[in-house]
Amino acid sequence: MNVTINGEPRAVQDGATVESVIEMLDVAPGARGVAVALDGVVVTRSRWALTQLREGSLVEVVAAIQGG
Amino acid sequence: MSDPLIIADRQLDSRLILGTGGFANHQILAQACREAETELCTVALRRLDPAARGSILDVLEDAGVAVLPNTAGCFTARDAVTTAQLAREAFATDWIKLEVIGDDRTLLPDAVELVTAAEELVDDGFIVLPYTTDDPVLARRLEDIGCAAVMPLGSPIGSGMGICNPYNLSIIIERAGVPVILDAGVGTASDAALAMELGCDAVLCASAISRAHDPVAMARAVRLGVQAGRLARGAGRIPRRRYAQASTPQEGLPALDAPGIAS
Repeated sequence: MNVTINGEPRAVQDGATVESVIEMLDVAPGARGVAVALDGVVVTRSRWALTQLREGSLVEVVAAIQGG
Repeated sequence: MSDPLIIADRQLDSRLILGTGGFANHQILAQACREAETELCTVALRRLDPAARGSILDVLEDAGVAVLPNTAGCFTARDAVTTAQLAREAFATDWIKLEVIGDDRTLLPDAVELVTAAEELVDDGFIVLPYTTDDPVLARRLEDIGCAAVMPLGSPIGSGMGICNPYNLSIIIERAGVPVILDAGVGTASDAALAMELGCDAVLCASAISRAHDPVAMARAVRLGVQAGRLARGAGRIPRRRYAQASTPQEGLPALDAPGIAS
């Protein structure tokens, strides 16, 4: 199915989860300073493996940067 | 002498909060943290960059500094609230420096969106430190909502224009029941000193340090400015007068005119 990850169109397998997206982005498991919003709603880390994407899902994966 | 700053449930011995934006690299940031003797640094959230090397969180942890996430770049209450929730998830802290910008040229806060976001975040259990204008009424509203501090600007972010309206800032300080932290506008150490002399509880400084010719030296200068201003505030400045007041007594002045000689 087709989803958008950080603004980029991507094809993922049916049943893909937030956790599989994190793995796809090469983020180390347990990496600090990373958070995910799915369709504008924050997905807590404990639910990454349980939360499935849908066709057209918008996934935002953010990380800490210098700022402020 | 201990003179801690207390915000919500946290005690800070440093009254300088360091913004981390604009530092050329993590090494200079780490050195600036040390020279600033800060205990709290802002960080932001952006889309993950897989090519990014090293985490700012490691730098701040090594420096023994706590993280104050911000909502920089948000133009709506909705975006700011979601960003704060992402920050809570990413950094495991309820603290948020709330920024809701109304204009991308001035970067001035959008008062309406700011109040809406602050209400939602306080209700959601966040410790909210809002970046606000120097409007005393808005500052009061933010305090009444339950914000843990108010962070009025001295002048626009990154402008280095110092404190453009010390009178408004003084009114905010006189009436505030929560810490007042000068946020934005500091251009050099004397601006930070003035903020503290006016009665601010702390200063947040980013660009003045990170974009200085020598950021590490400026970090030290601003830290000393904050300390000097705090001391001067406590010491109590003399009132301003239009005319001179001699510091040497007139009494006992000898008569030195020779009699009979016209001057």
